[in-house]
Amino acid sequence: MHKALAHNRGDHVAVAVAPITAGEHISVAYLDDEGEQSLDARTDVPYGHKIALASLEPGAPVLEYSTQVAVTRVAIEAGAHVHTHNVMTARW
Amino acid sequence: MIGTGSNPNVAAAVVIGIEPNWTERIVEGIAATGKPVAGFAIEGQGELEIVRQASWTAMEFVQRASEQQRERVDLSDLTVSIKCGESDTTTGLGSCPTVGVAVDRLVDAGATVFFGETSELTGGEHLVADRMATSELRDAFLTAYADYVGEITRGGVDLLGSQPTEGNIAGGLSTIEEKALGNIQKLGSKPVIGVLGPAEPPANGPGLYFMDTSSAAAECITLMAGAGAVVHFFPTGQGNIIGNPIEPVIKLTANAATATTMSEHIDLDVSDLVLRRMRLDEAGDKLMELLRRTANGRLTAAEALGHREFVMTKLYRSA
Repeated sequence: MHKALAHNRGDHVAVAVAPITAGEHISVAYLDDEGEQSLDARTDVPYGHKIALASLEPGAPVLEYSTQVAVTRVAIEAGAHVHTHNVMTARW
Repeated sequence: MIGTGSNPNVAAAVVIGIEPNWTERIVEGIAATGKPVAGFAIEGQGELEIVRQASWTAMEFVQRASEQQRERVDLSDLTVSIKCGESDTTTGLGSCPTVGVAVDRLVDAGATVFFGETSELTGGEHLVADRMATSELRDAFLTAYADYVGEITRGGVDLLGSQPTEGNIAGGLSTIEEKALGNIQKLGSKPVIGVLGPAEPPANGPGLYFMDTSSAAAECITLMAGAGAVVHFFPTGQGNIIGNPIEPVIKLTANAATATTMSEHIDLDVSDLVLRRMRLDEAGDKLMELLRRTANGRLTAAEALGHREFVMTKLYRSA
């Protein structure tokens, strides 16, 4: 059973559909196809919050819905919790 | 106010005003629909006397309305409004896409659908602009969007300070762009055939319309009901209590915790979508069935609980 759900292939983040614990080996499902991928969680991720599917450089665009939804404040490793502490709006 | 009284869900209207001329303008506007309407002006008679007179008329109207019989209507006769609230990441994954499926089916069936929330499209406004049926509509939409956001900014309000809201952030949304992307999942895939001012009735026939509205739920739904919407779809993530006295508000969530902790407010639980135990077209079937039952007279959770949030938007500056 998947613990995270992503919108589209190529997205940088998936949403935790169950609480995720650091060190856990999880399965990630995609809304746009039947495939799943596995991922090692580096941090705890609460229900509804996002987990990084790829490692991102500081200042890099963050894709969700195949669209940029944020920019990174700092480097983010795959499997880490992604939220307001490490990403911000790219609009202002 | 004329739009509110003219809504097809309203059987008859009693209008009470201060002075006769303005009262009569509202009465005449509503009377154009052919429904019973009566006006009472307080000036010269006093409020208590007018309440006495209006009560007799209201009683007569209520009794007359109670004898109206249900008639069969087609889906194409419906005008449905959509607006989400207390969004979280499940909104974009489940409840808004479910509404998107229903919106596509309604448009295919010849119904009319309104969406709005001008300021909360920020981050996805280019995607909404791309959905406009003509370049004139695209310009009209982008002008309405720029005016609204400009007015907020000129007022010294930092949109970023309030968006996403604390509730949105607790639910996992990190930026206004992410919130907007979730929001616009409920628009389905059809072209937008009109750009409406607040409470402006649609003039281009059936289809999907943008209405320039506040993103505050009670204001937005009051405006849409004022333009003739008869049922509202309200996707929510963290949960919301909103109802409206003019149109029933159907609330749905894809957040399993909300569906449990606020079950008395949730008309449809689609949380199985994010666990992939339910397909999106199945969720769409359930919402369309609930729309049919609601249009048939079933009370929504908000109606059964007596929620009647009604907030008028001031459309013009006063002198």
